[in-house]
Amino acid sequence: MNEITLFSVISLGSIGTLAAVILYFVAQKFKVIEDPRIDQVAEALPNANCGGCGYAGCRAFAEEIVRKQSLDGMNCPPGGNEVMKEIASLLGLEAEEQEPTIAVVKCSGTRENAPPKVNYEGAMTCSFAHTLFAGESGCPFGCLGCGDCVVSCDFDAIYMDKETGLPVVKDNCVSCGACVKACPRNIIELRKRGKKDRRIFVSCINTEKGGVARKNCSVACIGCGKCVKECKFDAIVFENNLAYIDYNKCTMCRKCAPVCPTNAIHELNFPPRRPKPTPESETATN
Amino acid sequence: MKTFKIGGIHPPENKLSESSPIKVLPLPESVSIPMGQHLGVPAVPVVQKGDRVKTGQMIAKGEAFISANVHSSVTGVVQKIDEISDSSGYRRKAIIIKTEPDEWEESIDLSPNLVKECTLTPEEIVKKVNEKGIVGMGGATFPSHVKLMIPPGKKADYLLINGVECEPYLTSDHRLMLEHGEEMLVGITIQMKALKVSKAIIGIENNKKDAIDHLRKLVTDFPGITVEPLKVKYPQGGEKQLIKALINREVPSGKLPIEVGCVVHNVGTSVAVYQAVQKNKPLIERVVTITGNSLKEPSNFLTRVGTHISVMIEAAGGLPEDTGKIIYGGPMMGKALNVPDAPITKGTSGILILPEKTTRRKTAVNCIRCGRCAGVCPMGLEPYLLAVLADKNRHEDCEHERIMDCMECGSCLYICPSGRPLLDHIRIGKGAVGKIIRSRNQ
Repeated sequence: MNEITLFSVISLGSIGTLAAVILYFVAQKFKVIEDPRIDQVAEALPNANCGGCGYAGCRAFAEEIVRKQSLDGMNCPPGGNEVMKEIASLLGLEAEEQEPTIAVVKCSGTRENAPPKVNYEGAMTCSFAHTLFAGESGCPFGCLGCGDCVVSCDFDAIYMDKETGLPVVKDNCVSCGACVKACPRNIIELRKRGKKDRRIFVSCINTEKGGVARKNCSVACIGCGKCVKECKFDAIVFENNLAYIDYNKCTMCRKCAPVCPTNAIHELNFPPRRPKPTPESETATN
Repeated sequence: MKTFKIGGIHPPENKLSESSPIKVLPLPESVSIPMGQHLGVPAVPVVQKGDRVKTGQMIAKGEAFISANVHSSVTGVVQKIDEISDSSGYRRKAIIIKTEPDEWEESIDLSPNLVKECTLTPEEIVKKVNEKGIVGMGGATFPSHVKLMIPPGKKADYLLINGVECEPYLTSDHRLMLEHGEEMLVGITIQMKALKVSKAIIGIENNKKDAIDHLRKLVTDFPGITVEPLKVKYPQGGEKQLIKALINREVPSGKLPIEVGCVVHNVGTSVAVYQAVQKNKPLIERVVTITGNSLKEPSNFLTRVGTHISVMIEAAGGLPEDTGKIIYGGPMMGKALNVPDAPITKGTSGILILPEKTTRRKTAVNCIRCGRCAGVCPMGLEPYLLAVLADKNRHEDCEHERIMDCMECGSCLYICPSGRPLLDHIRIGKGAVGKIIRSRNQ
């Protein structure tokens, strides 16, 4: 009995020691030297793995930053400036201040504005509906309302409004851009969040001629160019029967919105306008 | 009787307009002739706004190799060259012509007598077919001159003529075989000459017995052409299925029929080839079936290309009140129309008007793994699997499961007891995989 115990202890012990020695040398030989800063940077990131930075995940983003040793063109949209500053201090770099952005849905074709003419019964994915037909309202640019953007969002920041049939972006949007990629019609755009969340944009991407666009939707941009004439800052670009407000030049003066004959220009989170003194009211006060 | 081996379904035939002879549709007030009526690059307009054009005059040129010329189907003044809504509602370039009484191009022979002799060389035949804008009239609208040119190193032994018309409801090819049988046979001889083949087989499903008997009588004068009745089964009109049924050869995955030594043309195309080569007449009109259970007069109309569908519906007795869907094409592969006034194109074989109660889809419930979709798939695919893989964006697996072999015949969708939108998901997958393959080849 004793012999058996002794034999097993010795044999197993020696095998173990031998394996340990081999493993030690192998580990030395194949050692992967990793920059400890990668771990630090990865920890500082939100670790949501949303892909908003353009890399496969937070770890890949951290590896790239440490490899490049610069923050040029690197931005973590969900983390924002705070996270980028923290990373910069970890690596001894300067972080450029980035203005926060948010996803904006550039279509106002609600059931009321763009009444559906046909009834779609196929698979409820926009990517399929887009290949099949122009849309229930007939507008070949408008939102199809099947909610590919909602499915793509990892942050629960966009939902489908049942009444209007259009997606609505919530305030907790981190602008990772997943919905932008998911939309087959490129309706969603990442725009600057703006001071106090104030934004102004043309809520239409229809490049058809005015009359044609209006046939399907009452709030389409008809390409009249009135807003372009009104804007004193050259912030409105006009191309293919469609106006586009450049958010880098826009000063939020709000002069363009009232001149739009179809109300295609949307203002968000602005205080209500003061009513314009009409000639009648003036005479009344007099 | 012959048929293809794997899969297939038997939808109710509903050939309502079978016995109604081809009628000439009165000239419409205006026509909208789309520039992209064929597979490949759209044609480029060669006329301008305000120009007066004659019937049969070329108005747009197909400049690329895979493209086709477009001719004016009426006499009149070009009102505008603008974008119009096509069958899907997307806007495509078209020439809109206001119609005047017909004045045909001088070179076109309008006499009804049959010209049997063809003195042209094969190259001249191909050139003529190209000039006259002939495309495959079965639905895929592939430019015919490309099909009549055999790529170097390949050889064709058979010309197969597709007179199957397996889609329920449609009868345009059936009527064409009955009423223009001789023209079609001359057309086939011309195609045989162009392809340098000695054998041609016309495949006709057995539900068109009168056409089979009629053509069998006629072919005795045409050496090399035989008529082969086929068992009724959808989708026998698919190119690969027809080849399998008629000569028992299998086209390899992703390859063209010429790989197994045959070329397939539709009966409508053969008639068009006859008219182009012997009569100088471009493809400006075609037989279109307009049918539906509640329609007053289901008929077959000889319709000018570019005629609006609404005009045809009026001629067939007006739109029934209980209409639920207007389908562009047959019930299996056709497309529900978004805009009721899309124009007839070279590839439109029928307009189907379905009553509301028969158009609704079943509510999709869970897949019960019965495997019927795999059983009926004529390409031997597993639609339930492809649909799931496509839905989960597993594109590599989709490609491995041969998603690109799917020809979208809709048999799986028809048979599914759970009403699952299988084909919808497969189409998404096909689109994505096709994009990946194209980018890989670049």
